Amino acid sequence: MLQTLLGDFPRREYMLNGHNACAGCGPALAVRYLVKVSRQEAVIVIPASCWSIIAGVEPFRSLETVVLHCPFPAAASVGAGIKKGLEAVGDTRTQVIVLAGDGATFDIGMQGLSGVAERNEDLLYVCYDNEAYMNTGTQRSSASPYGSLSTTTPAPRAKSSPKKEIMKIMAAHRIPYAATASVAYPADLMAKMQRAMQVKGFRFLHIFTPCMQGWGSPVEFTVRLARLAVLTRIFPLYEVADGARYRISSFPEEHIPIEEYLQGQKRFAGLDESQKALLQKEVDRNWAALCRQADHSPFISDD
Amino acid sequence: MGRKLLDGNQAAALAVKLARAQVVCAYPITPQTSLVESIAGMWAQGDFSGEYVSVESEYSALAYLIGAAYAGARTFTATSSQGLAYMHELLHWAAGARLPIVMVNANRALGAPWSLEPDHLDSLAQRDTGWIQFYCAAVQEIMDTLLFSFRLAEETRLPCMVIYDGFVLSHTVEVVEPPLQKQADAFLPAPPAKAALQTEQPQNLQAVTSFQYLARVFQERHLDMLQVPRVAKKLTREYAAILGRSYPLVEACGLKEAATVVVAAGSAAQTIKSVLPALNSPEGPTGLLRLRLFRPLPAEEIVSLLARPHIQRVVVVDRDLSAGLGGIFAQELRALLQGSPFEGKICELNLAGGVDLTPQLLRRGLKAAAAGGGEQGRIIWGVDL
Ligand SMILES: Cc1ncc(C[n+]2csc(CCOP(=O)(O)OP(=O)(O)O)c2C)c(N)n1
Ligand SMILES: [Mg+2]
Repeated sequence: MLQTLLGDFPRREYMLNGHNACAGCGPALAVRYLVKVSRQEAVIVIPASCWSIIAGVEPFRSLETVVLHCPFPAAASVGAGIKKGLEAVGDTRTQVIVLAGDGATFDIGMQGLSGVAERNEDLLYVCYDNEAYMNTGTQRSSASPYGSLSTTTPAPRAKSSPKKEIMKIMAAHRIPYAATASVAYPADLMAKMQRAMQVKGFRFLHIFTPCMQGWGSPVEFTVRLARLAVLTRIFPLYEVADGARYRISSFPEEHIPIEEYLQGQKRFAGLDESQKALLQKEVDRNWAALCRQADHSPFISDD
Repeated sequence: MGRKLLDGNQAAALAVKLARAQVVCAYPITPQTSLVESIAGMWAQGDFSGEYVSVESEYSALAYLIGAAYAGARTFTATSSQGLAYMHELLHWAAGARLPIVMVNANRALGAPWSLEPDHLDSLAQRDTGWIQFYCAAVQEIMDTLLFSFRLAEETRLPCMVIYDGFVLSHTVEVVEPPLQKQADAFLPAPPAKAALQTEQPQNLQAVTSFQYLARVFQERHLDMLQVPRVAKKLTREYAAILGRSYPLVEACGLKEAATVVVAAGSAAQTIKSVLPALNSPEGPTGLLRLRLFRPLPAEEIVSLLARPHIQRVVVVDRDLSAGLGGIFAQELRALLQGSPFEGKICELNLAGGVDLTPQLLRRGLKAAAAGGGEQGRIIWGVDL
């Protein structure tokens, strides 16, 4: 974990009460923390997603900041264009933050995302990952995990391919800063956001944001599932500098089997024991690979 | 600056420089490529005051400009054919957000199959996206129209597409007289300081909305579109005062005694104009109406120009085809002239696929029209003549 205390962050909320998110919404929680860091110093660009709704239906708004909506595949390029345009008219101060779902990031916006990353545009891209297209009612995305059910991977034909490794893809672009974060660890999330805001060039935050509606879990399970995803090493927390140097943010002390995470989510109802074993094996392999990476090329910074 | 030999793409690039565009973002496609290469070249040499960004697709090019235009920058892109089609979602978005983005489209047929022919369906298929559309007929006109378009777009808060035939104009060298930078600056001041995006105050721009609000957005855009001819005429006078050149929204030639009027857009109109004196249809002298502004359609101008008793017939040249309906210009003219003496007499000479309008072909087309070949919605196919 980054050594920052929750108390270091403003008590003031920049996300307003009465927004449109469902009960237990992970993405709403993530943004509540994010805007505590970005405050009113940024323009937030939102492609089609649940957040198109949560941000408020005209004439309402839920964020105390400038929000600009854009088409589903366009967010990365629109964001980079805003930054370039602001510079052209003499504003070099305002930051631009893209806030996109996993569908916009892993799937339909991948091309533009790769473009801005390759050009190292001065942009902070936040992907909140609820592991499916939730705004349209839970269809699979390439961020959906192996074995999960959705309306387009319905029983008995659960998703047969593993989750796309977006962090590896972003690291392969050699961007200055990339990190994973989770709504279960708000201090770590906000510290990473703070760091990301200080870096120049292209920055990528991948935030784990459970969706109780889509995952088939009780609404009070959001943080519990997010924490279990970290503790089971399904979603490890780490940072990557320049696409090469890794730092793991937290080492779960005991090895909790993924079973603990899977139960309580209807989307995994179809998994049999052999499939769970397969999933466990992949989680262990990925974790070992991440540890090797971090050992081999550590990310040493001045904090 | 003196006279120069430039092709359409080079002339366009020079106009973008003279317009002091601040963010240019494009993706190469034949026959537009040399335009973006020219701008990139000027940018690399330090001869271009704006930023040039090479993105990974046309989709991102327009997305990028939507962002930059929101921030208040003067923006430009250029494309053609497949590239324009690829931008489609964002064409609507730019217009809905009322961003004064200017673009060039060099006409080229849309596949399948692959082709480089100057069919007009690429830009006509974007007719309803809410962009102003100009069709140019000469290289000098491309340069002037493009410079002009930045001002028109910024005054009306409507995006503007400057269109010309691929190769026929994009790659044909003509003598042109580029404006001096100080003339360009006099006509085109810095973009409006108040950008759509006000970074100081919380906003929720283009948020989900209901039909009550959306209906107003659409209605307002339509009414503002209808103002374009008036604003364009005002700006044309200003342009003429500073630069000594002007272009009508609808160009009319030889209408005084014409029995037949050919309606055309783009370079084909230039061909028709050049042979007009020697071009008598079997029904008598022939005149020309060139549609330069197509969106909005300058309805009043067209109707009043055709309101002459000696005009017996209208022949519309279409180098495009809405399969199952016919040429798009012809459809527009038919709709406009419904209830007029021309009803049922508007013929369509269709050159879809990029059929070249040679003087011979034109004569054959006029003959077929005089024989009634194009009446009651029938098409005279250029490829059959
Ligand atoms: C080009 C296009 N295709 C499809 C849609 C419909 N659509 C809107 S949001 C969405 C899913 C968004 O998923 P994700 O990015 O994961 O965000 P979430 O809804 O989960 O917050 C889809 C498919 C669209 N708006 N545009
Ligand atoms: Mg999602």
